[in-house]
Amino acid sequence: MDYTVKINGATRQVAAEPGTPLLWVIRDELRLTGTKFGCGVASCGACTVHLDGEPVRSCQTYIEDIEDAEITTIEAAADDPVGAAVQQAWGELDVVQCGYCQSGQIMSAIGLLRETPKPDSTQINDYMSGNVCRCATYQRIRAAVQRASEILEG
Amino acid sequence: MTTLSRRGFLQTAVASGAVLTLGFTPRGALAQAAQTQQLTPFLKVAGDGTVTAIVKHLEGGQGAATGLSTLIAEELNMQLTDIRFEMAPANAAVYNNLLFGPVQATGGSTAMANSFMQYRTAGAAAREMLIAAAAQQWSVAPESLALKEGIISGDGKSVSIGELVGDAAKMDVPAEPTLKDPSEWTQIGNPQRARRDSSDKINGQAMFSMDVHLDGMLVVAIKRTPRMGGVVISFDDSAAKDINGFDHAATLPNGAGVAVYARNTWAAFQARDALSVEWDFSKAEARGSDEILADLRMQLDGEPDYNVNNADQAAVAATIDGAATTLSQEFYFPLLAHSPMEPINATIEPLENGGVRYHDGAQGPTANQMVAAQILEISPEQVEVKSLYAGGFFGRRLNGGSDYLVELTMAYALTDRTRPVKLVWSREDDVTGGWYRPMALHRVRVGLDDAGKIIGWEHHVATPSIFKGSPFEEAMVRDGVDSSSIEGIADGPYTIPGMALMLSDAKKATTVNWWRSVGHSHTAYVMEVMMDLAAEASGIDPVEFRLNHLDQNSDDGSRAAQVLKLAAEKAGWAQQGDGRSLGVAVHKSFNTYIAEVCEISTPDDTIRIDKVTAAVDCGIAVNPDVIKAQVEGAIGWGMGHAMRGEITLDKGEIVQSNFPDYEPLRIADIGAIDVHIVPSALPPSGIGEPGTPPAAPALANAIARATGQRITELPMISSTDFYL
Repeated sequence: MDYTVKINGATRQVAAEPGTPLLWVIRDELRLTGTKFGCGVASCGACTVHLDGEPVRSCQTYIEDIEDAEITTIEAAADDPVGAAVQQAWGELDVVQCGYCQSGQIMSAIGLLRETPKPDSTQINDYMSGNVCRCATYQRIRAAVQRASEILEG
Repeated sequence: MTTLSRRGFLQTAVASGAVLTLGFTPRGALAQAAQTQQLTPFLKVAGDGTVTAIVKHLEGGQGAATGLSTLIAEELNMQLTDIRFEMAPANAAVYNNLLFGPVQATGGSTAMANSFMQYRTAGAAAREMLIAAAAQQWSVAPESLALKEGIISGDGKSVSIGELVGDAAKMDVPAEPTLKDPSEWTQIGNPQRARRDSSDKINGQAMFSMDVHLDGMLVVAIKRTPRMGGVVISFDDSAAKDINGFDHAATLPNGAGVAVYARNTWAAFQARDALSVEWDFSKAEARGSDEILADLRMQLDGEPDYNVNNADQAAVAATIDGAATTLSQEFYFPLLAHSPMEPINATIEPLENGGVRYHDGAQGPTANQMVAAQILEISPEQVEVKSLYAGGFFGRRLNGGSDYLVELTMAYALTDRTRPVKLVWSREDDVTGGWYRPMALHRVRVGLDDAGKIIGWEHHVATPSIFKGSPFEEAMVRDGVDSSSIEGIADGPYTIPGMALMLSDAKKATTVNWWRSVGHSHTAYVMEVMMDLAAEASGIDPVEFRLNHLDQNSDDGSRAAQVLKLAAEKAGWAQQGDGRSLGVAVHKSFNTYIAEVCEISTPDDTIRIDKVTAAVDCGIAVNPDVIKAQVEGAIGWGMGHAMRGEITLDKGEIVQSNFPDYEPLRIADIGAIDVHIVPSALPPSGIGEPGTPPAAPALANAIARATGQRITELPMISSTDFYL
């Protein structure tokens, strides 16, 4: 099947079987590899992208269900002020270790800050609990979300 | 630990084009195997003055790229933030791990320890050559010139190092360049946050081996035997043929699985799911976890295989029998998977010269070369390795069987060898795929005198050997004893008279492997919970009790005591109570000393980890913030697995399959982590792993303080509820 997808401000044509997770369309067909495969069962959050601005797990989102939604991946996160602030905070605090989960962490953190501009630790923990980091960078993730909040406050 | 000498590191230099490449062949006791005087670059200077460090260790989050770059930047008097890095190619003759002999590999928390002199020396030599080139050009004495921030100046002139590249390459390499005095260091020890791999990992541009896409490549998923020792009899791929993108399937030559080839990853997974395989399980593992545990217990009931420290076992037993207080305890540790965030994968491609190139987060590039040489019948020199970021490894990307490299290479060998082949594991493959931290059962008896001094310690471990039967057996097994089975017991910092350490090798139910901190991942738990029990039985404060058993006149004892006291002070050890319960543990591993204090509270009768305070002595702290990050992460690793991590078997098959039932640490599990570094002028020691061993026992000891419950079987959730 041929699908038209709107991703990172561009419109792209892809051929994929119905039932193909958006994750594999993004990675294998569109070759945007910043979005990661971690578990395939929406249990780790490494594949988090935005659909019309809302974080979703792309491994459990199917190509035929996307329709007209705008997809945003980590590669375009900086185009948005919240995304830019989150990335800046991640850099300031040297959050990353192996880095493999961090695209998903950042995409989730952007969702959190759009919903709750000044989250406390509990709100961060609740929102980010679906994003696994095996390097356990969690403490810095918490601090970076709060730092991004400060950056956005100006 | 062998000392590193910089004498002999510098052999010669080569110029290639506009890039000055400095090459050194390590020699001496640590690298006797490096017979070939081959030129090897550790840094490059480009015509525009850009300096690139060539990093010989895998960057999998532990900070090796930043660390080695820091050493080069320091000696070139430049900012860490201005240096670039790239990964070294496969060449064990010069990029070998100086602590491993003739092997290019990352592991054992050795990246900084083995590179500290080598990379500083490389940077210093480059500095002297560049200055010599300027001095020659200007006809002045080199002593009158200085290099800073890529500019050489003096005698009223200045020039970019980029302009000197050609001339510098013609200079003799100084045999023993002058290293900067530590008092002049601006980058080593700098607390800046300047990870060299940070920005790529934030903007989605970092290339992990999972991200490799080569034209015309086939993606392979493998249907593996669900029980160790199972062999393929036949397979039926008729249903797989309905999957669009499926190419073909073939049984691996070793019979351990069927390779399913497809046009893309999803098709490979789908087709693999659609495959049916008939297995011969006649020689396969058939035990369940309870039976394996019963077997371990039977071994502890019997005579040990090895008297590890040649102790007079009868005398030690008699001492303990006659002691004022005798403690007796058994400890159980389950199998654990590494499960790095990036599921295992690698790609191989044919080269025009008949060789191959791997694209791999290669923990041991030498292993890639050996595997390809053997399976493809080519020479190791024909095997290139493009090292990419690893999405975590924790030991998983290298093991005695080179498991995924063998799979990938066999799968490639079965094709016509004209197209690249990419092997991708799913998370289910990872969780069920073996090479686990081994199960272990410990039985300990401790005798205390009236004054609360340990007078006898009897310790018997039953666990399968990691190293026996592996290519590393000769290095790691002495008189039958696999050091990784018992490290951290008799060789720790405590002064314990009358120790009898015994080991029995258990029969493997799965493949086993080193896993972040290896044997220390279980031995430290036993040592530190037993010390706590002994303190309690003696009525002595746990910190004081430990200090009583550390000889502060010894190097080991004083360094352990120092971190213990520092962690206790920073954690507010003296102010327990008011709902705060603190547990402590201290351990030495990879020549690094770490003490951790875990603070918990018990809301709704559950355990909540509020704070962990750590004190670290890892010698010279090259990148203090990376060290802090590693300890933060290692604490999470240690505690997370102790809380919930467990791989079990049912009739030989792994029960767990993915994160929902191999539940990782999550963000809410630990409140805060506070890491303190002890200043030191000693050579750097390990930091990727040493934070893990004390973490779980510190938590266990806090739980005992809060609830009176001593957890001696892991994971803790079998007997404890954690706050959610």
